[in-house]
Amino acid sequence: MSREIGEVILDLKNVSLAFGGVKALTDISFDVREHEIRAIIGPNGAGKSSMLNVINGVYRPQQGEIVLRGRRFARMNPYKAAQAGISRTFQNIALFKGMSVIDNIMTGRNLKIRTNLLLQALWWGPARREELAHRAKVEEVIDFLEIQHIRKTPVGRLPYGLQKRVDLGRALAMEPSILLLDEPMAGMNVEEKQDMCRFILDVNDQFGTTIVLIEHDMGVVMDISDRVVVLDYGKKIGDGDPDAVRSNPEVVSAYLGAGH
Amino acid sequence: MGFFVETLIGGLMAGMLYSLVALGFVLIFKASGVFNFAQGAMVLFAALAMARFAVWIPGWLGIDNALLGNILAFLAAGGLMFAVAWLIERLVLRHLVNQEGATLLMATLGIAYILEGLGTSIFGSDIYKIDIGMPKDPVMILEGTFEGGLLINKEDFVAALIAAVLVGLLTLFFQKTSTGRALRAVADDHQAAQSIGIPLNRIWVIVWCVAGVVALVAGVIWGSKLGVQFSLATVALRALPVVILGGLTSVPGAILGGLIIGVGEKLSEVYLGPHIGGGIEIWFSYQLALVFLLFRPQGLFGEKIIDRV
Amino acid sequence: MLYRENGQFKTSYADDQQIFPIAQDRWLIIGLLVFAFIGVPLLVDEYLFRAILIPFLILSLAALGVNILVGFCGQITLGAGAFMAVGAYAAYNFHIRVDGMPLLVSFLLGGLTSALVGIFFGIPSLRVRGLYLAVATLAAQFFTDWVFLRVPWFTDNASSGSVSVSNLHILSWEIASPLDKYLFCLALLTVFALAAKNMTRCAVGRQWMAIRDMDVAAEVIGIRPMFAKLSAFAVSSFYVGIAGALWGFIHLASWEPAAFSVDRSFQLLFMVIIGGLGSVMGSFFGAAFIVILPIALNQFLPALGGLFGMTISTAGISHAELIIFGALIIFFLIKEPHGIARLWSTGKEKLRLWPFPH
Repeated sequence: MSREIGEVILDLKNVSLAFGGVKALTDISFDVREHEIRAIIGPNGAGKSSMLNVINGVYRPQQGEIVLRGRRFARMNPYKAAQAGISRTFQNIALFKGMSVIDNIMTGRNLKIRTNLLLQALWWGPARREELAHRAKVEEVIDFLEIQHIRKTPVGRLPYGLQKRVDLGRALAMEPSILLLDEPMAGMNVEEKQDMCRFILDVNDQFGTTIVLIEHDMGVVMDISDRVVVLDYGKKIGDGDPDAVRSNPEVVSAYLGAGH
Repeated sequence: MGFFVETLIGGLMAGMLYSLVALGFVLIFKASGVFNFAQGAMVLFAALAMARFAVWIPGWLGIDNALLGNILAFLAAGGLMFAVAWLIERLVLRHLVNQEGATLLMATLGIAYILEGLGTSIFGSDIYKIDIGMPKDPVMILEGTFEGGLLINKEDFVAALIAAVLVGLLTLFFQKTSTGRALRAVADDHQAAQSIGIPLNRIWVIVWCVAGVVALVAGVIWGSKLGVQFSLATVALRALPVVILGGLTSVPGAILGGLIIGVGEKLSEVYLGPHIGGGIEIWFSYQLALVFLLFRPQGLFGEKIIDRV
Repeated sequence: MLYRENGQFKTSYADDQQIFPIAQDRWLIIGLLVFAFIGVPLLVDEYLFRAILIPFLILSLAALGVNILVGFCGQITLGAGAFMAVGAYAAYNFHIRVDGMPLLVSFLLGGLTSALVGIFFGIPSLRVRGLYLAVATLAAQFFTDWVFLRVPWFTDNASSGSVSVSNLHILSWEIASPLDKYLFCLALLTVFALAAKNMTRCAVGRQWMAIRDMDVAAEVIGIRPMFAKLSAFAVSSFYVGIAGALWGFIHLASWEPAAFSVDRSFQLLFMVIIGGLGSVMGSFFGAAFIVILPIALNQFLPALGGLFGMTISTAGISHAELIIFGALIIFFLIKEPHGIARLWSTGKEKLRLWPFPH
């Protein structure tokens, strides 16, 4: 919020997504500006996660296109998205349960690793230097998220809140320009939410990362986001800064029911 | 042309035997999502039991009548398979309920080894004969249509008939009885079935019992044709491509897949084999399965495999 | 008390990432290696080399390969025997067809050939998994069974695929006696085990484990499933291929395709299950277990039977072997799916606290 918000970095145009007969998204268009925190809100089943999955390339929309930094993507897939600097967290924490916290976050560095298999097998010069350099970077992320004490613990043994933090750490390790957060505060208590808010704001502040965030907690959304998109039944019903959206009658009735 | 049709029919008959084994695979997979690598060992175990009981029981009870001896042996072997099913559920499956497929697969490999070892130590490891009065002589048919007629093995014919009857009975069982309905419910969705009060453990025992009976029938037929020997256990490996082709969740698929594999093996051996060295039966069916895996993993009739969500 | 890490602080990431960060472990391993290279040759007789140690070393290498594929990358394989065969016969062909080909180079080329074949048969893993992938690997198994039996070129027109080698030497060192063979295998195994450990703790190993644990998420963070899976098949087949070449050249000296049959594939799979999936050390435990078990049974079962007044024939022993194998597989899968390696590390954890209970 003290960051200066830049030009449009991500533009979604007329995106429609259907699964068989179920229309998940209908003609959605909105943009995301660089360095801003953009929230996507809406009742359950509105298509918010589907929206993130489209940005990320996990789902391919039947219609519409994604324009990233002026470059039009006809076919987005997760790998291309990762290469383009988009990283994300998952609603259901898709961490690698068999590995430790350090190793999980190290996997986020994968795209930046240049040495090949053979050099790694020999633990030779470049491979060794690279591994240690990335380890240093990962330790920075660990420091940032205050999870030093659990760095060697296998992720499967951690409580839910810490797992979510590791998930965020893995996404941060990719040094993304756009960070997609899928309900990062789901299932957390007040303290954990405050911590998570702090981390999100710090990421945006210190690294300038653009953040697209799905969140149910209205207080959080209104507090930290710069602009908000509201979805309902796969359609966009609101788009603007938090105050404008809050007083939009369509949004109010979607959330509280028509009788209000 | 006559020779081709003979080979074809021979292949169909052999295929029917594969189908019997594949049926066991499909039954257990449908009801519990477990692929039972031990099916082949169950066939061997059942066949050994049948062969030996057919000799021992008349000895113990002093019976002379061959038919009565065979019937009693069959019943005893069937009972033994029920006991095996119950033990498997109790000692192995119950403890591995929420494990992933690969773990269960390897557990059934373990069961296969145990059954092989147990079977040969209890019943002996010589080659035994099963004689249930199957006609052994070949017969010439359709002499009018094809020159010289077609040479058909009567035994194969009877075996195919028995297999058809078995499939018919199983279909009736699944469609018409309440246990059959319960089995289909479990196959569809374990948790939903449990939540309406279907006892999962008991269902699994029943399924393994049915698979055991199918293994017994398969074992008796194979054993009658080939004699009961160790190679019977590798029958499971021969029948695997059948379920890939037919679809792991489909009973008609198991039948059709078996026929296709049987015919394919015979035809490839006879027509392709001599050009490239012979003995290609066993890998031909696997390469066919490989092709299916690359382009249609669910087989001809199976449900589409949802690999990721 | 003995095993505490008090005072062992790491001041650099390099130190922290050592294979054996705890000093006691380092001493143990160095001691073990010294014993293996120097002590064992002094103490052990020929029979032990031939019957136990050399098979153990070679099968450990093969188990390492299988563990990389199954334990680290989560791709099931029932066709490891096929890749041993490819390695063995490829090395054989390079050895006899190219004049003056050094032995080590033949082995490496055999391994590379096996790696290429492994990549080819690994392609189904991009589409299917679990049982279906197992069937694809069986396709490889039965195909190689046939190829080396019936296609005469591979075996230099020998009958029924049976070949033999002799006069193996590296530079001027003649590998003839069991001691020579033992040292050769031990040296190779040490190098390859080190390489495997390095790979599994670097980026490529993390890629494999990511694919094993959750391949959708892996793709999202920038790991390409195709590269990870095929590289696992390649490296695994390389290791297994070299083990196959060693098995044929060093252990058997003359072999036929049946030495690498589907039974061998199952044996390797059991080694990694019992030893510990996803653990380099587990591969050794598993191999040791499977090599020693039949011999132990051979010695002890008749004695045990004698106690109860029963005579147990050799057939009886082989049946008992099957039963015990099967039972052990099931036991480990139920009680300790991570195998002996997990029991070992749990034991070490307890040792760190000893003599205190917690």
